Amino acid sequence: MSVVNLAVKRSCRGVSLKSCNLLANDGYSITNEEIFHRRRKIFMQSHNTHVTRLLSSRPLNSKVPDAATWEPVPEDQLPPPIHIPADLVDQLERLALVDFRTKQGLACLEKAIRFADQLHAVDTSGVEPMDSVLEDRSLNLREDAVTEGDCAEELLQLSKHTVEEYFVAPPGNIPLPTREERATILRHSEL
Amino acid sequence: MAASSVAASELLQNINKHISILYPKASYVIRRISTSRQRSDSQPQLRVKSAPKQLVGVVGLEVHAQINSNTKLFSGSSVRFSAPPNSLVSPFDASLPGTLPVLNTRCVEAAVMTALALNCTINRTSLFDRKHYFYADLPTGYQITQQRRPIAVDGFLAYSFLGGKKRNQVIKRTVSIKQIQLEQDSGKSLHDDLRSQTLIDLNRAGVGLMELVMEPDMSCGEEAAAAVGELQLILQTLGTCQGNMSEGQLRVDANVSVHEPGEPLGIRTEVKNINSIRYLAKAIDYEIQRQIAVLQRGGTVQSQTRAFDSKSGETVPMRDKEGLQDYRFMPEPNLPPLIVYEDNASLPSGIDACQAVVVQEIREALPELPAVKRERLVQTYGLLPEHSFTLVNEDGLLEYFEAVLKATKKEPRKVIGWVTNELVGHLKQQDMSVSQSPIAPSALAELLELQETGHISSSAARRVFQEMWRSPGKTALQIIQEQDLGLVSDTAQLHSICQEVLDSHPDEVNAIRGGNKKVLNKLMGLVQRETKGRADPVLVRKIIQEKTS
Repeated sequence: MSVVNLAVKRSCRGVSLKSCNLLANDGYSITNEEIFHRRRKIFMQSHNTHVTRLLSSRPLNSKVPDAATWEPVPEDQLPPPIHIPADLVDQLERLALVDFRTKQGLACLEKAIRFADQLHAVDTSGVEPMDSVLEDRSLNLREDAVTEGDCAEELLQLSKHTVEEYFVAPPGNIPLPTREERATILRHSEL
Repeated sequence: MAASSVAASELLQNINKHISILYPKASYVIRRISTSRQRSDSQPQLRVKSAPKQLVGVVGLEVHAQINSNTKLFSGSSVRFSAPPNSLVSPFDASLPGTLPVLNTRCVEAAVMTALALNCTINRTSLFDRKHYFYADLPTGYQITQQRRPIAVDGFLAYSFLGGKKRNQVIKRTVSIKQIQLEQDSGKSLHDDLRSQTLIDLNRAGVGLMELVMEPDMSCGEEAAAAVGELQLILQTLGTCQGNMSEGQLRVDANVSVHEPGEPLGIRTEVKNINSIRYLAKAIDYEIQRQIAVLQRGGTVQSQTRAFDSKSGETVPMRDKEGLQDYRFMPEPNLPPLIVYEDNASLPSGIDACQAVVVQEIREALPELPAVKRERLVQTYGLLPEHSFTLVNEDGLLEYFEAVLKATKKEPRKVIGWVTNELVGHLKQQDMSVSQSPIAPSALAELLELQETGHISSSAARRVFQEMWRSPGKTALQIIQEQDLGLVSDTAQLHSICQEVLDSHPDEVNAIRGGNKKVLNKLMGLVQRETKGRADPVLVRKIIQEKTS
């Protein structure tokens, strides 16, 4: 992700064409044609409804550049690098149910954090925080009519283990190795 | 002791909050310093404290109400109880990649309607968030809920219950509703301990829930039970939730703590697994007593989740899923904010009418709420408040009562006893609902009319009622004729019966003549026994009075 790109989005609150398939949030089976149709509808709608936000949300006048541009942030503008203590690795593994307690895994995580550190260099003073570029759009509402379901067979085919018409999962949550066990494994990976 | 140190730490935490706003980076250090100071400062204060006062319970409730809708909150698969496993699941409910949530209008309207009935402020804009946790019946690994900005806040629920020695005093209370939020239900897990596996049914996954968070304004099981009972009735009246606790349409978790009045709240436990209103009261009262006993033994209450065991009537600690709970709330990226509009005038131009939830329209469609209905019954029919409770709380009873009233000239105050005592009594005895009553309102009205016009006495009417219950289809008149229950008002016949009774009770006759008029009632009772309750009481009294004067 480019810092510059992000800064542009934040300051002008434009909506890129790409994000519009989210607006058409109508389930999983939208064909391209439908998306196109919806896009048009939504754009027309938002054009009518958000008069206060002039210039925003115009399909042919996107504030988002067509191509991402890069501008690496110099190291000295970043906060000091963070090192991940073992406790935190434990917690993250527990939360994410993902094992990364190897040297490479830790290095990868630290690299990812360092990459995100660049966000600190973006000047956001005077900019109201936002959750998403869609936040001033109206939410698509659906009529309360049954259109889906009754496809247990198809869904169960995707599962490795089934019993009758049930999915099968291990009992409860799988206990994770204790910190001592984890430390042994880490030491092994250092060797 | 525990309570006051909690107070101190709460205070310090508040101070810390302020400090951390001002100096975010310094907060950690300051917190450590202040906790250690707090310990050394608070000890001497606690020793000079006076003898402990009475400990009282504090109860707050979290209610999950399943929205009564055709389809789920974010998908078009149907909502039904006890369908074949995984038959009501769409690819979105099964969390397949590429699927997106589409909000159900009905669920939004149900939440708004419920919020209005509970006097809440509707947030024009509300937001959806993801709450993460791992469990096999939650296939996405997160639940879509409304953590930052729920659909409604700041309401209250007014409820009342019958208290006092005779249980006929109406006690009124209110409980604050902190917020109402829309969220997804999870699927169901069936644990197979033998084969050490869990079977997952996702039929319930994604069903719309309204979570109602109540402030800890209640103090015992009875209050909580009354509040939930009233809430259940309101939800059923609105039709926003079917409210059946045994089918899990209404689920109640109770946060229970004890403290001395005036002191800060004690450490609380959360009681789950309560599937009826009766058990709710039991579970809360048990938990309050347990915590008081722990504190009186000098122990401390542990913050934990406990389950209610309906067999033993106790609460037992639940095994924690995972010691560390970090829900990692984040804004739901696939759902823009939910906007509801106050009235049609505030609708933005060009919006599709079926896409807009208009608060004013929902407010106008609100049905008469139970509390208003009770008040109206007391006013229009001159009933006692406790009768209005029975009428409104029993499904279909009010309609029955009003149907009887329409067909008889008898005063409502005289009809109500027949409905709330005779009818409800018989129904309860056989665990039947009002709609199953073998006696139709018109049949009861006919019986009451016969009593009102003096054809039968009230005791005979009761016997006719029982007979009508046993043999439905027979009219009151038929039974009266068959069993010869009509009122005896033949003066000559009554004279001779009265004379017989008086002759065989000379002592009582003397007592009456000596001025003890109460004995007259005894003699009247004896005459009624002779006539099997069919004698005209006014006539009998007159005859005995004449004969004993």
